[in-house]
Amino acid sequence: MTRFARNRGALLGLLILICVVLLAVFAPLLFPDSPWKMVQRPFLPPLAVEGMPLGTDTLGRNVAAGLVYGARVSLIVGLVSTAVALLIGIPLGALAGFYGGWIDEGAMRFTEFFQTIPSFALAIVLVAILEPHLTSITLAIAIVSWPPVARLVRAEVLSLRRREFVDAARLAGLSNMRILFGHILPNAMSPIIVMASLMVATAILLESSLSFLGLGDPNIMSWGYMIGAARTVIRTAWWLSFIPGVAILLTVLALNLIGEGLNDALNPRLARKGR
Amino acid sequence: MKKLITATFVSLGLAAAAQAQDAGGRLDIVVQPEPPSLMLGLVSNGPTQLVAGDIYESLLRYDTDLNPQPSLAKSWEISEGGLTYTFHLRDGVKWHDGAPFTAADVVFSADVFLRKTHARLRVSLEHVDSITAPDDLTVVFQLKEPFGPFIGVFEAGTMPMVPEHIYKDTDFANNPANNTPIGTGPFKFDKWEKGSYIHLVKNEDYYLDGQPYLDEIYYRVIPDAAARAVAFENGDVNVLPGGSIENWDVARLIKMDNVCSTGKGWEYFAPHALAWLNNREGPTSHKEFRQALMYAIDREFVKDVIWNGYGTVATGPISSRTKFYSDDVNHYDYNPDKARALLKQMGYDGTPVRILPLPYGETWKRWGEAMKQNLEEVGVSVDMVASDVAGWNQKLGDWDYDIAFTYMYQYGDPALGVARNYLASNIAKGSPWNNVEGYANPELDAKWAAAAIEPDVAKRQTLYDEIQSEIVEDVPVAWLLEIEFPTIYRCDVKDLVTTAIGVNDGARDAWIEK
Repeated sequence: MTRFARNRGALLGLLILICVVLLAVFAPLLFPDSPWKMVQRPFLPPLAVEGMPLGTDTLGRNVAAGLVYGARVSLIVGLVSTAVALLIGIPLGALAGFYGGWIDEGAMRFTEFFQTIPSFALAIVLVAILEPHLTSITLAIAIVSWPPVARLVRAEVLSLRRREFVDAARLAGLSNMRILFGHILPNAMSPIIVMASLMVATAILLESSLSFLGLGDPNIMSWGYMIGAARTVIRTAWWLSFIPGVAILLTVLALNLIGEGLNDALNPRLARKGR
Repeated sequence: MKKLITATFVSLGLAAAAQAQDAGGRLDIVVQPEPPSLMLGLVSNGPTQLVAGDIYESLLRYDTDLNPQPSLAKSWEISEGGLTYTFHLRDGVKWHDGAPFTAADVVFSADVFLRKTHARLRVSLEHVDSITAPDDLTVVFQLKEPFGPFIGVFEAGTMPMVPEHIYKDTDFANNPANNTPIGTGPFKFDKWEKGSYIHLVKNEDYYLDGQPYLDEIYYRVIPDAAARAVAFENGDVNVLPGGSIENWDVARLIKMDNVCSTGKGWEYFAPHALAWLNNREGPTSHKEFRQALMYAIDREFVKDVIWNGYGTVATGPISSRTKFYSDDVNHYDYNPDKARALLKQMGYDGTPVRILPLPYGETWKRWGEAMKQNLEEVGVSVDMVASDVAGWNQKLGDWDYDIAFTYMYQYGDPALGVARNYLASNIAKGSPWNNVEGYANPELDAKWAAAAIEPDVAKRQTLYDEIQSEIVEDVPVAWLLEIEFPTIYRCDVKDLVTTAIGVNDGARDAWIEK
């Protein structure tokens, strides 16, 4: 904890993330109306009219409301898809690393199969086939994000399973599963946590990119949608793309800073010099 | 008294020559998307009509009030009773390969070629008994029964003249000449650089003296809407046909110096935006729900905000730009309270309805969102469905929708472009253009049929007045907007839009001021 707190960037990231989370949680209190509601003249610049701090979009919808509700979507998609990716990637990587042999071969060829397809292209195909919906988008992002987890976990397990404490556990008569999940995986957790925090950031970017391309859930206001919809008017109303763009930037940056802070905190021996 | 409708014009070219035209110069016109082919007799989608309308011609052209004007026919007569249409062709017209154009070509085009290839014309030709050529310069269409709209089918995209000497006894679809189209029009095909441009050059042997004025036309293929706007701004193209850029860019471009725009040139098509309402099942099968929907949606807002004020809020099935329009119908002005009352009266139980927007770009997406919001405000729960063009076609063809956006062309006459969407005989799965909503009203079916073959114009008007007043009460579909696609061009381009199909056949009279 103290090591994390000593990293100023990580603290800043955490602060931004907390703000985003608070906005997302209290969205219905801040803006009781739907973010789709057309409330004012279209194309109002920020601060032009009271009550519309960020202006209005092409249909006269409140950009601030859209931003806050968009935060919910980004966070939900980011967290859920990362959780699903971890649920696929950790067991697969752990089994491959622990047992080796044909299990390892099979699991890694399967993983490589996913890794050879560009992840964004695969996500587009999946969403297009499943029809754009919050569930299908989350699932598609999870499916393209688990392979690196599997590889990371496998590498960690491979190095850990030759350690003395594993031999000791084996001598004590513990089952393979207990050794793997009770002793090896907990020791591999720190790189996984770091990776997961970065994956949330990647997932948010992926969701935004999909929405930007018009493959978002058409019933849900998201940041990517806001940018995509404003793209055609960027010459006349640049702020409509700029504001949600900044929101994505800040959130992703915050998650990256946190990830780096966690990395430094959890792997003190790897901490870079000069800090 | 023998009533003979005769029209004789010496030459439109002379009639329009009040101002001296400068010869020379070239047009650069955006074509979007790239046409699949330029053979207008085989392919009749929008981009093909845009380019090939200058290569091929028909017997007539239509001015912006849909009055017939001479083209390949210099004059024509319709017999009393409306059964015999006699056309007198212009003398000395040549195909682009030098062969003479004669009445035999007209008979071949209408009776052989297009009857086989052109679905829309085929429907009109059902009313035709025979097509004959008494001599080289005369063609007679003998009808089985009077068919008022018939004078409206001699437009280049509807009945293009194709050369008999090239196509006779060949496999039309696979004739190699399809790649190098041969017409009689003011411009000849020169080169097609796929993915980049189509180049047409002046037809030096054109039958109108001094015309065309332009030397050449480049149709430029630019796939991105924003890039098309930029190409116009920096002068790479000087004409943006209607609908080729997003509406928000229209507002910006027309404010620039030396930029002119016109909403004319779409009268023949009169694009009519509407939302199919599934009359078979779900909440939309209730008349009260459909009426409530009409009151709930703010169409003026959509016109002003999404379409930048272009267009006219539609009052019913027939566009005010099409013949036989009637304003004497119930006007569904924006009235959410009335919508709520109707929903209550119907006993709407909160069943969600699905909205399927037209996958044609941001404008239509915004429109779907606005309708969703309007409906939610009167208490209807709505699911927005996303789809691509193929999915949209399939869903409509399978009737798997509740509310679906589209727009339809009217072709100048209700019998040609309107009745098709409401006749019970046109209910068939698989097409997104027929009676997709599943509306069946035998009484109105009879009136549509009677109106189509009624020779007397005043009686036709009465029939169409009745139809409009009754059908608007039923709301089989939600009529939204008479779309206006402004053509945007540099102001030194003159006389580009003079007909009811605008830029499609506009290059004949167009010239560039020096």
